Amino acid sequence: MMTLRNTAILLLAAVVLAGCPSRQQVQEDPDAERAAQQAAEERAAAERERARAEAERVREQERLRANPLDDPDSVLAQRVIYFDFDRADVKPEFMAVIQAHAQYLAERPNARITLEGHTDERGSREYNIGLGNRRAQAVRRMLMFHGVADGQIATVSYGEEKPAARGESEQAWSRNRRVEIVYAR
Amino acid sequence: MRQLFVGLMLALFALPAGAQVLRIEITQGVSGALPIAVVPFAYEGSGSPPVDASGVLGADLARSGRFKLFPEADMAERPSDAANVNFQNWRAFGVDNLVIGRVRETGPDQFALQFQLFDVYRGQQLLGFSIPASRAGLRRAAHMAADMVYEKLTGERGAFATRIAFVSATRSPEGNEYVLLVADADGENQQVMLRSPEPLMSPAWSPDGQRIAYVSFETGMPEVFVQRPSTGERESVSTLGNGVNGAPSWSADGKRLALALNEGDRINIHTLDLETRELRRITNGSAIDTEPVFSPDGRTVYFTSDRGGQPQVYRAPAGGGSAQRVTFEGNYNSRPALSPDGRLLAVVNGDDGRFRIGLYDLESGAFRILSDGRQDESPSFAPNGRLVIYATEDHRTGVLATVSVDGRVRQRLGLAQGDVREPAWAPYADAAR
Repeated sequence: MMTLRNTAILLLAAVVLAGCPSRQQVQEDPDAERAAQQAAEERAAAERERARAEAERVREQERLRANPLDDPDSVLAQRVIYFDFDRADVKPEFMAVIQAHAQYLAERPNARITLEGHTDERGSREYNIGLGNRRAQAVRRMLMFHGVADGQIATVSYGEEKPAARGESEQAWSRNRRVEIVYAR
Repeated sequence: MRQLFVGLMLALFALPAGAQVLRIEITQGVSGALPIAVVPFAYEGSGSPPVDASGVLGADLARSGRFKLFPEADMAERPSDAANVNFQNWRAFGVDNLVIGRVRETGPDQFALQFQLFDVYRGQQLLGFSIPASRAGLRRAAHMAADMVYEKLTGERGAFATRIAFVSATRSPEGNEYVLLVADADGENQQVMLRSPEPLMSPAWSPDGQRIAYVSFETGMPEVFVQRPSTGERESVSTLGNGVNGAPSWSADGKRLALALNEGDRINIHTLDLETRELRRITNGSAIDTEPVFSPDGRTVYFTSDRGGQPQVYRAPAGGGSAQRVTFEGNYNSRPALSPDGRLLAVVNGDDGRFRIGLYDLESGAFRILSDGRQDESPSFAPNGRLVIYATEDHRTGVLATVSVDGRVRQRLGLAQGDVREPAWAPYADAAR
């Protein structure tokens, strides 16, 4: 569709160029003729540039309409939910994010996500797999409450195996206690 | 399916030996430790000695916590021949026992490790052996010699010529790499079992020491594999659960694996028959039940559960039935490991935000802290039950350490590369039933 539109714009430019006065009709003042030709070329180039920019804008709009996931300004760009120590309940500040993803998924029954649960490094590794799972399941339940079908959501827990931040500090730990929403593309 | 394994490498080759940084830390006065001298072994052959056999032997004995090693620098004589041993001199230093020996080159890639153990006070030879070995086998020969000395002097079987499995992780701008390795019990002689860009977890040896079960996330979901270190061949045994499929542990007969599998939030202990693939649920709670381990008699399963709020260790009949809480020290007890005789239970013990290895005597109920880190985890017993290997941190990097079960002697293993974790001590190679 976009290719067709581009082709149409190119054809239009070709017609404009063909409509220019030809050398056979007016023979005097080659300088003026050259200047006119140059001006026509410049106009045509500007027109091509404008058309290209317009096509680009339309394409970008269509892309965003097709997939708001790619809009960095959308709340959907937020795909990480953070948790308190040893907790699996979703904090109020993340409700809007989860609701936005729920709406997106509910409107697109073919869309699929994986919820990846993670923990900080404290405690034993397999128990942390359990804690990470609890967090992923909490987000899953909330998405389903807001209309997402069970079959759209897969969950996996990585426990402490894939930390987002290193370091033995609350700052690092708080970045690691998380659920990541990963869309299948 | 095939491309899922792109980036993974099944391999069996020795890594270059890392810088050997064996550090022995005597944490308390080692009263009762036997004073022993290990004289540097002579070398009779071409080139330089292929391995520091006496160094390997001495480090083994020291790590056990049962021996006090006489410092090499204080040795007035360094005999490698029984005829040159002056017992009087060694007695004067208070040395009870003496080990001397030599490594002899006997042919192309053929060596003999010869050693003798003496009772210094009686002036008597207690042991005298010659162990043939290839160049690559000399370290193992030294571990075997250490086992013989250990058994002669303590009356218990040694566990130096055994192996461990562990996981190493490295992070780089190109991505993460997780490696499953097998090495000698002192961390040397490493062999790569598997490399993966996704996490590898929870290695567990089969009771006959021939197979290792572990968890791999190579497909993006946890999958349990069983692999043979001898050949490298492996088999997927479980893709069960809904995002939690792990914590494998072997039944005493090697026929079943205990696994932690989830249904939604609930994680329960199951057993999987490796032959029939029959799955049986052992616990039936709504909390996290994980990290199962069978008792040596196969009748009981110990596991971690947070059914009471905080994680604690419980036990339940292996055929299913009601569970009973076992641990009460501190506010966090998890990742149980049982000694081979089933009497001692090592755990990750959390108290006041600090995680250390704790040891419960299951008969007396006595409790002892064995380690002194902040994020210590993954305890595993030596097959003779005298040492526990565990993961700790040194300058924010994971390292392995051993501690004697009396808590007196700790030693860090010199494993050069990566963030090292999850050690699992292999059973004796002749433990097959």
